[in-house]
Amino acid sequence: MNPENTLKQRKEINGNTLLLLITIVLFVVLYAGGCIAYSGKGFTNLQTFLNILISNAGLICVACGMTCVMLTGGIDISVGSLVALDCMLLAYGMGNWGIGAPAMCLIVLVVGLVFGFVQGFCVGYLQIQPFIVTMAGMFFARGMTAVISTDQLSITAETSQTFYDWANFRIYLPFGGVANRQGKIIMPYFRIGVVVAILILILIFLVLRYTKFGRSLYAVGGSEQSAAMMGLDVKKTKLKAYVLSSFLCSIGGICYCLNTQSASVAQASGLEMDAIASSVIGGTLLTGGVGNVIGSFFGVLINGTISSIVQTNGKLASAWPNILTAALLCFFIVLQSIFAFLKEKKK
Amino acid sequence: MTKKKITQHPLFLPLVCVLLVLAVNVIYDISQGNGIFNFFITTIENGVLQGRLITILNRGSEVAILAIGMTLVVSASAGTDISVGSVMSLCASFCCMLVAGYGVSAVSSPEEFSMPLIVGILGALLMGCLCGAFNGTLVAYLNIQPMVATLILWSAARAIGLLLCNNLIVYVRVPEYGIFGGYIGFLPTPILIAAVCILAVSLVLKKTAMGMYIQSVGINKKASRIAGLNSRRIIFICYLLCGLCAGIAGLVNSSRITSADSNNIGLNMELDAILAVALGGNSLGGGKFNLAGSIIGAYTIQAITTTMYNLGISSAVTPVFKAVVVIVIVAIQAPPVRIWFQKLRAQNHKEVARV
Repeated sequence: MNPENTLKQRKEINGNTLLLLITIVLFVVLYAGGCIAYSGKGFTNLQTFLNILISNAGLICVACGMTCVMLTGGIDISVGSLVALDCMLLAYGMGNWGIGAPAMCLIVLVVGLVFGFVQGFCVGYLQIQPFIVTMAGMFFARGMTAVISTDQLSITAETSQTFYDWANFRIYLPFGGVANRQGKIIMPYFRIGVVVAILILILIFLVLRYTKFGRSLYAVGGSEQSAAMMGLDVKKTKLKAYVLSSFLCSIGGICYCLNTQSASVAQASGLEMDAIASSVIGGTLLTGGVGNVIGSFFGVLINGTISSIVQTNGKLASAWPNILTAALLCFFIVLQSIFAFLKEKKK
Repeated sequence: MTKKKITQHPLFLPLVCVLLVLAVNVIYDISQGNGIFNFFITTIENGVLQGRLITILNRGSEVAILAIGMTLVVSASAGTDISVGSVMSLCASFCCMLVAGYGVSAVSSPEEFSMPLIVGILGALLMGCLCGAFNGTLVAYLNIQPMVATLILWSAARAIGLLLCNNLIVYVRVPEYGIFGGYIGFLPTPILIAAVCILAVSLVLKKTAMGMYIQSVGINKKASRIAGLNSRRIIFICYLLCGLCAGIAGLVNSSRITSADSNNIGLNMELDAILAVALGGNSLGGGKFNLAGSIIGAYTIQAITTTMYNLGISSAVTPVFKAVVVIVIVAIQAPPVRIWFQKLRAQNHKEVARV
């Protein structure tokens, strides 16, 4: 092997991992900044970090699915509405139909699969633009939520004891306890949703890296034509990607519901934006073919840190996290486009 | 053969949709025991035009105005601008903030604008252009997929509007502000504004080569550039115009309620605008466009919405129907389905030949 070739290879790898590196550095800087600015308000506690995980467990699952779809060069903006539909199904199903929590979770997962299948069929086999399909899906899911109920429902112990127990189950860490005002030491804890989210994250990471399906996602995103020439079934791969996205979104919906324990039509609006922003911030290219769920995980953490800082400050308007996330998304999209431009110039 | 020619006319699909909606209305009227032509009755009450047809024309103005910009954007860049609803909200908030003197002071001097009305209007239109320019820069000069580029403002514009208004609904208590959503003489003003916009744009497209340029850029960006067109600038102008249209629509919408309700102005409007373009027989893949079709599409959508209210269906449920309509229309246009139809037709021909 001549040295020029290896140098080129290393450079290419650097270009792709640079975005991920920027993301991790950004997260550390943001969190450290928060710690310094709000150390008096308990930002330095381990619990603050765990709280970010707890409140974003659903988003982690959704972002994993989003990353898979974006790897194929598509996008799925129906996720926020699908989460709302899942929550509404859970709350209404357990409260009014009297179905048990495990069965209801199963129904929600099946709904996710069917939803993903229809979207994937439209994108893969009918070759409609992913954005149009998933936008229709977004309005469809939001409308269906309203069809089920337009009320604000909450899940209490009376609705379903099992679900209530799941939602309030705490897993304590054996270290890092902080004394509260009464002098009692409280150990930091996390909830079931976090466990599910982390498991999903590891699973998708392994799938993307080591399975045939995972590699074909990258291949389709890199170049559809080349993938087809290699003998991959592009349509089927796309279909699978959307089914996976909606399925993970349903799991995310259950995690989300475990955290909020409520359901309403306006719930999780803007979640799709957070998921897309997380993936893009984490280094997933919008054109497809490049990306990693680990990056998306850090993207979610950055998102969570921003809203956590805004909440801790207490004086900033609630619109700020939205604006900041959009600004970050804009920054990273422009960065990606500059990278792509430089790459083309080199050729 | 003549039959085929009718179905292939660009305005065939939108007109069929209009007829369908009208038929539903007439059937509903008959089933309710009203007159057959109840739907079409237009009267003058209190000096202004009244009637269901007028309501549809009036309420459909915003969608029609948005559809103009959206048609150009779809044609030139083969993508849609999904930020229009949010931009509407932002423009409305900005205008009300200017006119009401930053919110609270409007209460202390309810009789006067704190700034001349024209400043507020120009501010709103400028804000629309600014948003359009932002989208246009991202799409045309940085080569970002249109929908992803506009996704930024889709989320941010509404939030910025909320921030401008301090999370409040800003009321403008001067009656003159309501004129854009009210009446001039006996005609509803929104209809006039929409008509002026449509006329202006169609004149520009007819009298200059702009329409042809947009289509050629949409059909093949590279070839147009080689032929000497500045493709990037043309795409940029389309987005700018789309932003301007969103500004006008936002102004009309906020004038209707003489306030800026950032959370609700232009909500789900982007779907309506895209649906209007698709219903008008335009391909969402860019290229040739038909402005008249889009406009008819826009009013058809408003007719569908009004009909649904009429039938007593909740407003929260209407997105379900619209989403299904979008998917069906786009699926009919999809290449694999078209090929399948062609094969079917060819088979029929063969069978006829055999007989």
